Amino acid sequence: MNARQPLAEIRDLNVFFPSATGFTHAVRGVSMTVGREKFGIVGESGSGKSVTGRALMRLLPRSARVTADALRFDGTDVLAASEGIMRDLRGKRIGLILQDPKYSLNPVMRAGDQIAEAWRAHRRAGWKEAREAAASLLEQVRIRDPGRVARAYPHELSGGMGQRVMIAMMLAPDPDLLIADEPTSALDASVQAEILRLIEELVSARGMGLMLISHDLPLVSRFCDRVAVMYAGRVMETLAAKDLAHATHPYTRGLLDCLPRLDAPRLRLPVLARDPAWVA
Amino acid sequence: MITAQDLHVRFGDVHAVRGVSFAVAPGETYGLVGESGSGKSTVLRALSGLNPDWTGEVVIDGVAMEPRRGRDFFRRVQMVFQDPYGSLHPRQTVDRILSEPLLVHGIGDAETRIARALAEVALPSAVRFRYPHQLSGGQRQRVAIARALMSEPSILLLDEPTSALDVSVQAEVLNLLADLRAARSLTCILVSHNLAVVAHLCGRLAVMQGGQIVEELTAETLREGRAEHPHTQELVELSRDM
Repeated sequence: MNARQPLAEIRDLNVFFPSATGFTHAVRGVSMTVGREKFGIVGESGSGKSVTGRALMRLLPRSARVTADALRFDGTDVLAASEGIMRDLRGKRIGLILQDPKYSLNPVMRAGDQIAEAWRAHRRAGWKEAREAAASLLEQVRIRDPGRVARAYPHELSGGMGQRVMIAMMLAPDPDLLIADEPTSALDASVQAEILRLIEELVSARGMGLMLISHDLPLVSRFCDRVAVMYAGRVMETLAAKDLAHATHPYTRGLLDCLPRLDAPRLRLPVLARDPAWVA
Repeated sequence: MITAQDLHVRFGDVHAVRGVSFAVAPGETYGLVGESGSGKSTVLRALSGLNPDWTGEVVIDGVAMEPRRGRDFFRRVQMVFQDPYGSLHPRQTVDRILSEPLLVHGIGDAETRIARALAEVALPSAVRFRYPHQLSGGQRQRVAIARALMSEPSILLLDEPTSALDVSVQAEVLNLLADLRAARSLTCILVSHNLAVVAHLCGRLAVMQGGQIVEELTAETLREGRAEHPHTQELVELSRDM
């Protein structure tokens, strides 16, 4: 493929969900392109950040209405593609890591078997080979005792370990783009940093693209090259992560200001004033 | 106001809290920080009477506590939990949720007390006849705080009160807690994994690891980077880094 061609291209994406009073307009005209880079989407709950990621994998419920001028992954039109083509895309080309490994891992299957299954799903290979691949993947996500973890059930693993298993599973088919939707929100700060560094390193080493979706603006800017800030279904601004301190949009500024800071104590925290003009 | 001396909590073979001691003065807000599994919430649950299985000495307002508490204790000591969705009855209206503490403690004048409580936590009066699922996360946490204040407690125990909220809503709830604390001269214990949140609201805090307090320090010492224990320094560094 062309190295300069973006992996994901989203132009004027709109998503509607049926509600009691008609339709809820969850994503309103979102445009972004993601290449082989680390791209962050930040927003509060209900801003449409996760829905945007799901729309790219066509993982939204059937009742959702999706329209876009362009919704393409590596040249494939996601809106028009057949279910068969989408099945090839999901997992194999686009990996998805979710927030809580407790809910996204199969509770009655050993961790190693789940990784092996993911590896086999997109290859013609036997279980023995798949198990060996799983052990090597567990090593790559820096698990010290891959044998023990491979034999463990998800409830026997800590949150950080579970998320490593999840990452190993997603890397198994060797995807081009990794969508990580709040991958560390359920984890402690120290584990959070480890997991994000791990994702960052693996993504860079494999030359993949990363779409990191999170509510945590400082965290995303720390690990991404570019950041899109979303509010009420719209992209407020897209900026280079290193320029975040000089963000000009009042919403981005407000999000940064309302965080309590260790180094700058304040009696009251500034409260975000939401301007209706942002969504007009 | 609150003293814990050599507090131990065991769950079967797991020794979750190993000899924790601290003292909180009247009107003070004391912080407990630590990662998950450090025992911070377990300390709070032992103080609050939710877990009667502890040993050691707990003195609240000059009275040594038994593992099981009387009704008067629960009027004076109230708790706010992390997830307002999980701690509010899904099939009760806000009105019903707020009248429960009044019924339990035989406090009359429900009508004006509920209206006043809603105003105090800055919720519109229309919220009164809604159900929890009809409210936003921040509104739900305000209802949980209002419920905790219904019995006019002198002590408020806060277990990660803003961890489930968006940062903009977190700022509003932290401001609200600061206002209420001043207006009602509440003594508070705040448990959180977020060092910046604890330092914002608390004058003094204890850092927990493996069921023990590894360091007790003032928020000022913490800000100036004069924490001594390596675990505290690690937490400070992470908080600065992110």
